[in-house]
Amino acid sequence: MRSVYKITFFFSVGLTVVAIVLIATFGLRFGADFRGGSVMELVFNDQRPPVDELGKVVGAVEGVSNVGVSPEGDNGVLIRLNDVDEQAHQNILGAISGKFGKITENRFDSIGPTVGNDLKSKSIKAIIISLLAIVVYLAIVFRKLSSVLSPWALGLSAVAALVHDVLVPVGLFALLGHYLNIEITSIFVAAALTILGYSISDSVVVFDRIRENVLRFGAREDFGETVHKSIMQTLVRSLNTTFTVLLSLVAIFFFGGESIKYFALALIVGVFCGAYSSIFIASPILVWWGRGKRS
Amino acid sequence: MSYKYVPIVIVIVAVFLAFFVYPIAFDKGVDFLNSKLHLKGAGFEIPHFFKVPPFRLGLDLLGGTRLVYQADLAGVEGGSVNDAMAGVRDVIERRVNLFGVTEPLVQIEGKDRLAVELAGIKDINQAIQVIGLTPFLEFKEQRSEEETQKILDAQKKNQQLNEDPYFKSTGLTGRQLKRSQLTFDQTTGQPQVSLELNGDGAKLFADITKRNLNKIVAIYVDGQPISTPVVQTEIPDGRAVISGKFSVQEAKLLVNRLNAGALPVPIKLISQQSIGASLGQDSLEKSLRAGVYGLLLVALFMVLFYRLPGVISVLALLIYIAVVLTVYKLLPVTLTIAGIAGFILSLGIAVDANILIFARLREELAGGRTLLQSVHDGFHRAWFPIRDSHVTTLLGALVLFMFSTSSVKGFALTLGIGVLTSLFTATVVTRLFLNLFVGPRTEKRKWLF
Repeated sequence: MRSVYKITFFFSVGLTVVAIVLIATFGLRFGADFRGGSVMELVFNDQRPPVDELGKVVGAVEGVSNVGVSPEGDNGVLIRLNDVDEQAHQNILGAISGKFGKITENRFDSIGPTVGNDLKSKSIKAIIISLLAIVVYLAIVFRKLSSVLSPWALGLSAVAALVHDVLVPVGLFALLGHYLNIEITSIFVAAALTILGYSISDSVVVFDRIRENVLRFGAREDFGETVHKSIMQTLVRSLNTTFTVLLSLVAIFFFGGESIKYFALALIVGVFCGAYSSIFIASPILVWWGRGKRS
Repeated sequence: MSYKYVPIVIVIVAVFLAFFVYPIAFDKGVDFLNSKLHLKGAGFEIPHFFKVPPFRLGLDLLGGTRLVYQADLAGVEGGSVNDAMAGVRDVIERRVNLFGVTEPLVQIEGKDRLAVELAGIKDINQAIQVIGLTPFLEFKEQRSEEETQKILDAQKKNQQLNEDPYFKSTGLTGRQLKRSQLTFDQTTGQPQVSLELNGDGAKLFADITKRNLNKIVAIYVDGQPISTPVVQTEIPDGRAVISGKFSVQEAKLLVNRLNAGALPVPIKLISQQSIGASLGQDSLEKSLRAGVYGLLLVALFMVLFYRLPGVISVLALLIYIAVVLTVYKLLPVTLTIAGIAGFILSLGIAVDANILIFARLREELAGGRTLLQSVHDGFHRAWFPIRDSHVTTLLGALVLFMFSTSSVKGFALTLGIGVLTSLFTATVVTRLFLNLFVGPRTEKRKWLF
């Protein structure tokens, strides 16, 4: 295996470690749909009042706690609070419009803690099941490679790449959550699973070429060379596919509106990592694993 | 060579599907032609496109609210849980239909939750209150003295605090209520609410009254005992009377509430997600704009990088879009912001198969083969990676669809439909069209590929 793979591999390991450290120190900011709680988006017809003044008015309503107000757009605000019932919701609206004039409520979500917990366990279940399904599928599809390495090696090295691809964007969001108050909502789970699928299919294309080369040239060549050759052969395709997917994601990021902007960002980072990791993480692991088997 | 006509058929079908997706374009064109025909004095008119179903938009694009209620099934035995939930759904559905919202959605989620989606509703607060007015009606009978004692003892030790020590459920609830009526007691002239039970309810009520002769059968509304009459005789005809100390006004209100449906178990609002209509409209425009720009960027890249095959892949991509949007309309898929994001993302993934094929094609050409051979081998060799990468993405979408909540489901669905469709358009359609350009003339102009 060429030394460039070693360097990039350990660079990725470093990046993953940084992501883990970020997650550990800053923690993740989960949205109301995971924690339980309320989110309110208001637009003021007149000038927007100062946020701390608004926070005081909202906090004074009975049954309301944990109020956080942040400005949004020209005249809007985003208010986060505990999960309140409809009565308290109406009281809040009344209190605000009574003090600051006419408002339009664009969004109101109030989610009980049980719903949030449900979402959490479902999301984790979904991620684990899709990982298992993919490893099994890869083991079946690439069983012919068993002369060179164990079929599980493919699945597991692809999964190692996945862990990297998902942890890096999650780390980024730990950072964004800490500095920009950006929350992880349920749509983020969709992003994570899309990254999983995308990263896997990217690794699969490389593995497929490895399979073809192994079947054609047998184990005569050094396995590391075969892998390198396969990577070079699929490089243009990997770059182009990543590029087209990134093009559509960039369109979502810039034109898709506020609500899916960060969803697109998570995907952009993840998809980029996905292309990178199938070359610089999954493939080196495969080669090292293959060595172990032959010696 | 009958194969030659297949691409033409595909184009015609695709154009038809495009009009199916966006019939206004067809109608406008026809109007224009008709006005020309009119000037020339033609005696006929071209008809408009037939009426097609519109796209179904989700709450986040249309504005509206999604409410989730939790049912308290503590008093229901295991076997009749599904029955009780079905009862809750029917009752709430009847209530919700009063709002006049188009296609309200009321469905059971999981074991004990009920989701209500009201698209385009203006006054969400009122809707919540009207649903909240749905009464929970229950008939209860007295516990035996030992049971009462047992529960009281337990409650002294802070156990079984939620149990009523004196009365227990009979299984007769608002579900078996046929209708109710305001009546007046013949002797005292007091207003009362008379209940008429359905067939099952009448049978149950007959049993209950038979075994509780000279005992109390209490009628609970919303967890409060409203009436606690002593049973004088067995009542076989399913008629009961609530004779609390009502004013006429109160009795009337209760009758109205009961007639709109009474719940078999109590429910509680645990989650509310509401989107204003203007925000929805705004999101819709933004998502559509993102889609158009995404398509343009991808198309531009493909044409610049892959030249002739790139043009063909853009054609395949357009056909892909027509097919996918038709599927959205026919199924129908409820389009949400996340769903549209899934669609836009699938544009990028849809050309992946083409990229795999074209990359392979160039490789073969660089190896000095003829165009005919290269195209053939390109498709042949690229098939396995195409299949495997599509299947893995599809697996992800499938799991996501099965194990997630509504907004994410929309994303998984559009992504899944996209992956399946692109498997067809990017391979079969591209191949058919590419073969049209393989011949002696292009063999000399390999730079096109």
